[in-house]
Amino acid sequence: MTAVPVTSATSLRANRRWALIAAYACLGIFVVFFLFPPYYMLVTSLKTNAEIAELASNPWIVTDGVTFGHYKHLLTESSFPRFFLNTTIVTVVVVAITMVISVLAAYSLARLRFWGSGVLATGVFLTYLVPDTLLFIPLFKIVGWLGLLDTYWSLILVYPTLTVPFCTWIMIGYFGSIPRELDEAALIDGANHLQMLLKVFIPVALPGLIAATIFAFTVAWANFLYPLAYIYSESEMVLTVGTVTTLIKGDVFHWGGLMAGALLAAAPPVILYAFLMDYYIAGLTSGATKG
Amino acid sequence: MADVTLQNLVKTFDTVEAVRGIDLQIPNNEFVVLVGPSGCGKSTVLRMIAGLEDITSGDIRIGDLRVNDVPPKDRNIAMVFQNYALYPHMTVEQNMSFGLRLRKVAKSEIRGKVQRAADILGIAELLGRRPRELSGGQRQRVAMGRAIVRDPQVFLFDEPLSNLDAKLRGQMRIEIQRLHQQLRTTTIYVTHDQVEAMTLADRVVVMNAGRIEQAGTPDEVYHQPRTRFVAGFMGSPAMNFLNCQVTEENGHTVARLADGPALPLPAEQAARVRSYAGRTLVAGLRPENIRETASHDGGNSSGVPHDVSIDIVEPLGRETIVYFRLGDSTLCARVGTEVHPRAGEQTSLVFHPDRLHLIDPETDLVL
Repeated sequence: MTAVPVTSATSLRANRRWALIAAYACLGIFVVFFLFPPYYMLVTSLKTNAEIAELASNPWIVTDGVTFGHYKHLLTESSFPRFFLNTTIVTVVVVAITMVISVLAAYSLARLRFWGSGVLATGVFLTYLVPDTLLFIPLFKIVGWLGLLDTYWSLILVYPTLTVPFCTWIMIGYFGSIPRELDEAALIDGANHLQMLLKVFIPVALPGLIAATIFAFTVAWANFLYPLAYIYSESEMVLTVGTVTTLIKGDVFHWGGLMAGALLAAAPPVILYAFLMDYYIAGLTSGATKG
Repeated sequence: MADVTLQNLVKTFDTVEAVRGIDLQIPNNEFVVLVGPSGCGKSTVLRMIAGLEDITSGDIRIGDLRVNDVPPKDRNIAMVFQNYALYPHMTVEQNMSFGLRLRKVAKSEIRGKVQRAADILGIAELLGRRPRELSGGQRQRVAMGRAIVRDPQVFLFDEPLSNLDAKLRGQMRIEIQRLHQQLRTTTIYVTHDQVEAMTLADRVVVMNAGRIEQAGTPDEVYHQPRTRFVAGFMGSPAMNFLNCQVTEENGHTVARLADGPALPLPAEQAARVRSYAGRTLVAGLRPENIRETASHDGGNSSGVPHDVSIDIVEPLGRETIVYFRLGDSTLCARVGTEVHPRAGEQTSLVFHPDRLHLIDPETDLVL
């Protein structure tokens, strides 16, 4: 009688061990595959120009001695700090605009029952599905008409068209999963809609809010197409396009500088993700299953 | 504190009429329980009183004020919800004080009120915790605390104990009762649990299909139900219903149960139903009015024994529920633990007619 459960327990444990080994093996391959580009960037950014150009040298390690020359050049003798500042301004303003609009829109679409709110909520999401490679041409017209071409304000105007729909969608899902009794309790407690939003909905939906913020941050920080199309002066450029255009002169690629620039540009999102990853996952999954 | 008046209250959702004309006067300090099956409109009535649902027609008054168009926050009511509806990101203290803070009450006063409510409910040591760190019973206490601190004119409870286990429900029932005795605030309590209704209420309002079937003291609705619905809804196990005929036998007016004994009716009841002689009526007899032969309790000397075949036996410890067949109907009886009936056995049970309800099948009214 007792032998059966013992056997099945043992085989269960063995099963579990094999599953874990397989999982770690897959994860190992995955990690190597995805960490290779940043590793290659780091190694290249620490090599001298001579070593990078030397075809016979080992590309995987630094053999001729580590140099921080590319970083020094970027930070002190190029417009890289300017690009960084511009990107930061654009990102912070875009994230702020996005969050204000999408939180208000999501609250009204999720909670204020009005005629057509359901269709509108779906419509908001559909606009996100229009690829930005199609949108940038008509938007170019609008930006030009507004006289914002060749300033980073064009990006501040245009990025929310990418971020607001998706962030609104995340927040609708999140607000929708908050039990209605909570609003009713707040209503009886004497809260008006703004108080309900600020004191109940936003704190309760904080993981969703953080997920939306990270998304907006990533879009605004890393977009390449729009700055490429709308900005031409070095003083107005952002990291993505600025780094490439100033470090590729004709057919000369400054690989060391490019790699150093790419690493530095990637640092803020990496830091942000590292701190807020748990919230990001909780926010996305909660939005996905409810509402 | 205030009285609450509902006048011809109607609520329709699209085409569905959820509440079909409710008239109810709830005097100051009274504890009224709205009870009925799911979908009978009891919660809708409560939510209309709270201001969470618009009123299709009719009037609601709290005190002297007609509140039809008054927003919930200005009705001076407090509500306790079934799933507690505590703010998950706030501590117990913040949850309880939220309404007062929104109303810009002085901090020292808030602290005093929260402390007093916490003391009353025995949750003073939980004030710094968040809802997720509390058990179900503690959460419900906090929800009640949030209602108490507001010092409202009316407490509204929407099935507050449904999420608790049976033991805790019993404890909380006693606490709610104690709370009402202490605060004497007008209370409207919605439940589908008749035990809660019977134990808590000064007055029970039995609802069905959007209407009030009967409003009265727990004793009245249990012992003098006005309709077949009330008779069947109140009491567990439910009342037995079976056809009968009122006839005159040996100078007595009797109710002859279908395939069962003839039960002599008390004089007063006999006078009321004599005109129905010869017609088929529905007899309602509670399980506790069908006892084992050995029982001599309660002075029910007029009991009529009848041989029945036992179908199912449910021993509950302090009593035994017995299901037996009488003609085509299955009836239920409550017998003492001193007898040990077995399924399939033939035995004699005594039918006590002193609490027999006779119902007109055309109107479903108790005669």
